[in-house]
Amino acid sequence: MSNSGSNRGGLGGRLRKMTDTNLLMSITIIVFIVMYLGAIIFLQKGFLKPQTLFNIMNANAALIIMSCGMTLVMITGGIDISVGGVAALVSMSCAVYLDYHGGNIIGAILISLAIGLAFGLVQGYLVAYLEIQPFIVTLAGMFFARGMTTIVHTNPFNVQNEAFVKLKDARIIVPFLGSVNKHGVYVDAYVEIGVIVALLIVAALYIFLKWGKTGRSFYAVGGNRQSALMLGINVKRVTFLSHLLCGILAGIGGFVYFMHVGSGSASHAMGAEMNAIASSIIGGTMLTGGVGNIIGTLFGVMSLALIQTIVSSVGLDQAWWTGITIAAMLCLFLVVQSIIIARRKKANASAQR
Amino acid sequence: MIANKKPSFLSGLLHNQLLIPIAALLLLTVFNLIVDPSFFKITLGTNSDGNPVLSGYLITIIDYGSELAILAIGMTLVTAASGGQDISVGAGIAIAGSVLLRVLCGTESRPETLQTPVFVAFIICCLCAMIAGAFNGALVAFFRIQPMVATLILFTAGRSIAAWVNNNELPIISEKSFTYYGGYLPGIPIPTPFFIALLCFAVTWAVLKFTNLGLYVQAVGINEKTSRLNGLNPELIKFAVYILLGVCVAVCGLIKVSRLSTINYSVIAKDIEMDAILAVALGGNALSGGKFNMGASILGAYVIQFLTTTLYKFDVQSDALSAYKAVVVILLVVMSAPVFREKISSLFRRLRAGSAAA
Repeated sequence: MSNSGSNRGGLGGRLRKMTDTNLLMSITIIVFIVMYLGAIIFLQKGFLKPQTLFNIMNANAALIIMSCGMTLVMITGGIDISVGGVAALVSMSCAVYLDYHGGNIIGAILISLAIGLAFGLVQGYLVAYLEIQPFIVTLAGMFFARGMTTIVHTNPFNVQNEAFVKLKDARIIVPFLGSVNKHGVYVDAYVEIGVIVALLIVAALYIFLKWGKTGRSFYAVGGNRQSALMLGINVKRVTFLSHLLCGILAGIGGFVYFMHVGSGSASHAMGAEMNAIASSIIGGTMLTGGVGNIIGTLFGVMSLALIQTIVSSVGLDQAWWTGITIAAMLCLFLVVQSIIIARRKKANASAQR
Repeated sequence: MIANKKPSFLSGLLHNQLLIPIAALLLLTVFNLIVDPSFFKITLGTNSDGNPVLSGYLITIIDYGSELAILAIGMTLVTAASGGQDISVGAGIAIAGSVLLRVLCGTESRPETLQTPVFVAFIICCLCAMIAGAFNGALVAFFRIQPMVATLILFTAGRSIAAWVNNNELPIISEKSFTYYGGYLPGIPIPTPFFIALLCFAVTWAVLKFTNLGLYVQAVGINEKTSRLNGLNPELIKFAVYILLGVCVAVCGLIKVSRLSTINYSVIAKDIEMDAILAVALGGNALSGGKFNMGASILGAYVIQFLTTTLYKFDVQSDALSAYKAVVVILLVVMSAPVFREKISSLFRRLRAGSAAA
């Protein structure tokens, strides 16, 4: 499969030569912008305030991080549905550590990294070296994580730890983008720490996938394992690495989620795996592997979140609409992908003839 | 399905797929015998209606294992044909149950009598479950999406849809005869789900025995291209098994809803997809598709329920159960992984060579 970014030439040529992932990503970005403009025009003027966008980011920083991990795994042709469970386990463990064992923030961060690392190591080993289907392994991982969350602590509770509450309420002021509220007072626009973390991770992974040697081999393994092997790439190691990174990112995502909600509960991040998969797919990552883009994933998450915001501000605010919209959107993009794959196969076949 | 030639009883047993579930069953039985023999006590009592009922852990296993076994029938076929599992069965049961209640209750939410005969309601709920199955099947068969990703859509949206069918209300049925399907028939002390399951087994057995479905499913699962060259239509067969799973889901939905006479959208049949996959895996069927052994899957389902009941007995919370089962799943798939088997056998060879040299 062809990679992104290898095409040079004029705009017209670029459009024609555009790879499917860039095409899908462009569609997503355009859809996102159009939806946002539409929301500004047709809905309340609230969408005009930068803070609305920042709020969407605040609420979805954890999802961005988890989706990045998911994208990595999906580029190598695997899948990881344990991320939501891991996030729940991380939030509950950190909550219990902070409130019942008098822990500090550093310790909590280490715990979340350790949980993510453990899941990444075990799942990566089982998938890469024992060659078990990633879906079965991570499904078991998901159930294990959810079960463990209940074992760690049964009832949901809010964390009272002072240092943590301070961290949770920390706001980073974005200059010049504040707005005047209805009382005529100027309010600064802000983002949470999690958003900064998420954007840093997106930037790092973008560089890693675009220019890193290991990053490039992710695409090679996902595109065609056999050819990757012949190119001298350690396919098993790359697969292992992708699951390891995904596990660690799920751990970080779990902590960011925990920072956003400030409580531990077994039902936290329910369905996050689905949202992460949907975001990656909407952002142009193919389930078959070899194709994908971190920036696309970022916009995938934002599009999903924007749709949810729009759906709830239109008045369809019953809980079930969120699930149904996401499922419908995922279904749509899956079908589009499957059509693209079929078309490409046909094109390849006719080119060979 | 079971090997045709049986050279000797012992080697036949060793190579039989039933070995794994039977071994697991024996292990659990021995464990329970040692820890607390009262596990196997069955008492005959009467329930609130004055009907004779048997009670005891074993009866619970037969009772709740039956719905799992029904599900395992469909799951085995899906696994064999498409090489993946349907993880939307729990959500499917929620949809089926919700539709069933909606039809039974008609316009009221707490009717005194049933508004529709149960049979008609069941047919409608069966159709809905089949449509859900057809949706999954179409994504898998015609759009070639990996089964677990395709069914992830309903896995997430299913419970929302179920709530939406009944406007998020919780209809309650007070009609006594509706409880028969998940409870006890008057005068018969054995739980009804067991008889429903027996009926399903009989139908499955007959279908597998007298039609080519089993052969076709295995052919598609082993090699799709070859099966196409042999004149089969792999897409249609994959599509069909998902619809069949829909029927199994509808039967489960009937039993589940009948047990409570109401429904709880977020809790009904929670984590049952894991149990169904476990049943298939425990039955020694390859989760990557191909050959299957229906009997082993069914036995596997009862063994899983045995495990669940044992865990419950030791006061494990229902939410925590999934952690233990996940470990069992991982152990099972690791043991059946070809790479792992090779490593173990090479280790044995090296040990033998080492002892021979010494």
